[in-house]
Amino acid sequence: MLETQSNYNYKVVRQFAVMAVIWGIVGMAMGVFIAAQLVWPDLTYGIEFLSYGRLRPLHTNAVIFAFGGCALFATSYWCVQRTCHARLFCGPLAAFTFWGWQVVILAAAITLPLGMTSGKEYAELEWPIDLLITAVWVSYAVVFFGTIAKRTVSHIYVANWFFGGFILAVALLHVVNSCEIPVTLFKSYSCYAGAQDAMVQWWYGHNAVGFFLTAGFLGMMYYFVPKQAGRPVYSYRLSVVHFWALIFTYMWAGPHHLHYTALPDWTQSVGMLFSLILLAPSWGGMINGIMTLQGAWHKLRDDPILKFLITSLSFYGMSTFEGPMMAIKTVNALSHYTDWTVGHVHSGALGWVAMVSIGSIYYLLPRLFGKPEMHSVKLITVHFWVATIGVVLYISSMWIAGVMQGLMWRAVNPDGTLTYSFVEAVKGSYPFWTIRFVGGLLFLSGMVIMAYNMFKTMAGGNTADAPVLAPAGYHA
Amino acid sequence: MESLYLLIPLSVVLVFLIGVAFWWSVKSGQFDDMEGPAYRILMDDDRPRKEGAASQQDTPSGREGND
Repeated sequence: MLETQSNYNYKVVRQFAVMAVIWGIVGMAMGVFIAAQLVWPDLTYGIEFLSYGRLRPLHTNAVIFAFGGCALFATSYWCVQRTCHARLFCGPLAAFTFWGWQVVILAAAITLPLGMTSGKEYAELEWPIDLLITAVWVSYAVVFFGTIAKRTVSHIYVANWFFGGFILAVALLHVVNSCEIPVTLFKSYSCYAGAQDAMVQWWYGHNAVGFFLTAGFLGMMYYFVPKQAGRPVYSYRLSVVHFWALIFTYMWAGPHHLHYTALPDWTQSVGMLFSLILLAPSWGGMINGIMTLQGAWHKLRDDPILKFLITSLSFYGMSTFEGPMMAIKTVNALSHYTDWTVGHVHSGALGWVAMVSIGSIYYLLPRLFGKPEMHSVKLITVHFWVATIGVVLYISSMWIAGVMQGLMWRAVNPDGTLTYSFVEAVKGSYPFWTIRFVGGLLFLSGMVIMAYNMFKTMAGGNTADAPVLAPAGYHA
Repeated sequence: MESLYLLIPLSVVLVFLIGVAFWWSVKSGQFDDMEGPAYRILMDDDRPRKEGAASQQDTPSGREGND
């Protein structure tokens, strides 16, 4: 293939986009599997490698870093090239980010079921893999910011600010939280201990949600929603305000994961306060994205890609309202440790992150393989409805289960004893866990439909790189 | 809470750095035009070219009328 400066680097975008779909299936299948384990606890006959405790981190790593990560790499590499009107900086390094990231994912898939873990949520991978992640991430930053530096237009489009913020923040979070002392090749201990470790962990954990799962995907939203709708973003000014407001205020929401723990009270309150503040920029961005369709609402009727993108924004709005509410200490007293939290996470992860990624990847695939559109637009519509019903089943069953668990755990008899034993709450949760399993299964089937559609679109596709276009004039 | 002695100064430094980036971007005129950039990404025609066919003419301006 011809690799010249006058062509966009589509190869690496293509690789990441295809792998995003494949890892999406793997990660979600893992989720459905562990959801089934909750319904049928004896499912795997006690085989340690298949136990819930080992597969759950594999599920979270696969969906966040493999599926979400590949989708972010693909869309950010596409967006930065197209909006900067420049070929991706340093092709070999971009190729390294792809292969390096796949090795990280494979290493996770091997080590986690074997029980090798540092025990930190969303950062379970052991130190040699952490080092590789660091190398890949630094290369990612070099490629991304190198491309921005060689841009041929002076303005940096707002989506690139979001992607850039996400890349830098994740680098910082990873380095601070993964600070650990190796004991053997596969075992290390965190530099922090006890409540200190918990604080650092959730400073990382919530900011991973904020920057990996929000800022990056907002970059996606600010590029792909206007492109797919064929309309400029509702208010460009608001999108810039959204970016700065979000990154100035995000960093201190983490302590809301540690309400009523050994963390000092004032730190918990600071976390709650910052979580509430976040409602403002989040909703500003959500409204900005949805209102982009102003005057073109009819497009929602027959464009399933737009359906995905706009529905994802509705879920973004919902979960960024729910999140601050759950961060309020009194609400948290009910919701903490229950399935409500699980429902909230999936409202964000399936409804927002996965749907915006799916919409964006549907936008990218035909363009990457030289086709006018996806193999079957009808199948995208099918995927949309299957996925939406799946998410709704998932989150509503978790809401009911969560509130029920919270109320049962806190119920006391007049004499001060607990009304329910723990196992009674478990028993009461079974029907909802079954509904959750069905919801997850539906969402997974949507991904399988997507993969079929993708391979059909790829078949006989033209994988030539598109030429770098001169920037449009300033006259329009 | 010793870890706060790491995390809080880190945030302060970070806010300062973000402030510098913001100051730079305002000074260098990144935000002088708050309309044009939104339209400019739409003028970037990214649809695949068909060999030898000049069939793609309409710009994605959202004014197709009937779809």
